Amino acid sequence: MAELVWISIDESPVEVEPGTTVAAAILQSDTAGFRRSVTGEWRGPVCGMGICFECRVAINGQPHRRSCQAYCESGMVVRTK
Amino acid sequence: MTGPEYEVVIVGAGPAGISAACVVAETGRDALLIDDNPSPGGQIWREQERHGSNWEAAHWLRRLQLYRVEVLRGATVIDGDPDKHAIVCETANSVSTIRYKKLILATGSRELFLPFPGWTLPNVMGAGGLQALVKAGMPISGKRVVIAGSGPLLLAVGAYLKKQGAHVLAIAEQASWARLARFGLGLPTQPYKLAEAVQLKRALFRVPYHAGAWVEAALGETVLERVRLSLSHRRWEAPCDYLAVGFGLVPNIELAATLGCKLSAGCVQVDPMQQTSASDILSAGETTGIGGVELSLMEGRIAGYSAIGDRLNAQWLFSDRERMRRFARRMQKAFALREELRHLPLEGTLVCRCEDVSYQRIAPMPGWRAAKLHTRCGMGPCQGRVCGPAAEFLFGWHCQSTRAPVFPARIDSLIGHKEE
Ligand SMILES: Cc1cc2nc3c(=O)[nH]c(=O)nc-3n(C[C@H](O)[C@H](O)[C@H](O)COP(=O)(O)OP(=O)(O)OC[C@H]3O[C@@H](n4cnc5c(N)ncnc54)[C@H](O)[C@@H]3O)c2cc1C
Ligand code: FES
Repeated sequence: MAELVWISIDESPVEVEPGTTVAAAILQSDTAGFRRSVTGEWRGPVCGMGICFECRVAINGQPHRRSCQAYCESGMVVRTK
Repeated sequence: MTGPEYEVVIVGAGPAGISAACVVAETGRDALLIDDNPSPGGQIWREQERHGSNWEAAHWLRRLQLYRVEVLRGATVIDGDPDKHAIVCETANSVSTIRYKKLILATGSRELFLPFPGWTLPNVMGAGGLQALVKAGMPISGKRVVIAGSGPLLLAVGAYLKKQGAHVLAIAEQASWARLARFGLGLPTQPYKLAEAVQLKRALFRVPYHAGAWVEAALGETVLERVRLSLSHRRWEAPCDYLAVGFGLVPNIELAATLGCKLSAGCVQVDPMQQTSASDILSAGETTGIGGVELSLMEGRIAGYSAIGDRLNAQWLFSDRERMRRFARRMQKAFALREELRHLPLEGTLVCRCEDVSYQRIAPMPGWRAAKLHTRCGMGPCQGRVCGPAAEFLFGWHCQSTRAPVFPARIDSLIGHKEE
């Protein structure tokens, strides 16, 4: 079995199988709201394929990354909201 | 524009793009297959490379390797210059120009999302969307899921999620039993499809399937808590963890439109050789019309032969393609969207999720352009990919407008290639 990957989501460590996307890892940690919309509503992923932009989070300090299109890498720091 | 040149460049590594690439590479010509995902397979064979079990997908992916097709992964084609036979391609850390003699656009399709009260709550997702997330590692075992919308995808998703351990509480198909029955009666002429239907039925044993049923509202404070469905003679409401809703598929025509290909009825227009109106640009698969994996494979092969000038082999496949297209047309008719869905949004229901524009602000507008100008609808990062097709259905507007780059590109990509 391949080794698990550790990432941090909002300062909590999360352990995932290699090949897991960041969106899937966030959902694994039971977080449904990924970001706030322009009027402050909570939003989460919709299309799962990179077109809706609802799953945006900050990855390693880079804001507005589509989490459904990014794969977890060891030591990654993810921030929702 | 400089950059490497290939005889045939194919954009989109779904079934259509893969089969086109194989046909070209089989003859020893150099083909480049580009896809924005980390691995080839498109929507249906997503994640096949890592832990796939589909024999057809395995067969095609093996052929890609066998013919040594060069695959450029994680790369989005954002622009191009048809006069110079060049496209602009963006990856996580670079932008490059690639030149082609022939270009095949096989950019596939996406789901159609329609607004209803509560559709913006977290945990309300697309049907294919939820499936894609689960394939990418989202846990679903033991979760309560309601599936709604329209089309055969709902069944495929239901069967997949059930197999992964989800409790599928209900599948609500908006098409009526009468329409489905008429479509079903035609199935025996398609034995392959019939076998597929029987298999799905077995996989969905004990999952309630309602026809003539649709989602009225998703309810919850800050995340989804309950779902309300309209069944033919009653309301149905239940608590659930996820609501998966998709109303069919929409062709991804943005890149083709940017490159100047003519469209018709929301699809890229092609001639019998899969040639578009733009010279040396062909198109295949769901970009040219929604028709399922078999038709995509077939069109991909024809486009491949066409690109290398092998008319004879292409023509051999015309009658098979026609039969599949007839089936696709019947399917579209059976799953045509009902009028009631136009009246689901309330005044305050958002239509544009990027800019949070409500139904009541968009509805009085005379058309899409005015709506964009006055409400910012469709001006967010998704560039109207979600609200455009929705507005088209709700208001009957013509919502196509694409300017390069096709996707919000990094600013340095733009500067980079414009300076060349
Ligand atoms: C979300 C979703 C889930 C689906 N699930 C199923 C299913 O479970 N079963 C089933 O029978 N059918 C399913 N379908 C239908 C399925 O898409 C088609 O039957 C078939 O995959 C179409 O093949 P294609 O090659 O035409 O396009 P696709 O498979 O859509 O392939 C197109 C590819 O092009 C890529 N692409 C698009 N634009 C660009 C660009 N500018 N640059 C680079 N790459 C680009 C896309 O990311 C994609 O990988 C699904 C469709 C969707 C949208
Ligand atoms: S879920 Fe739509 S872009 Fe990620």
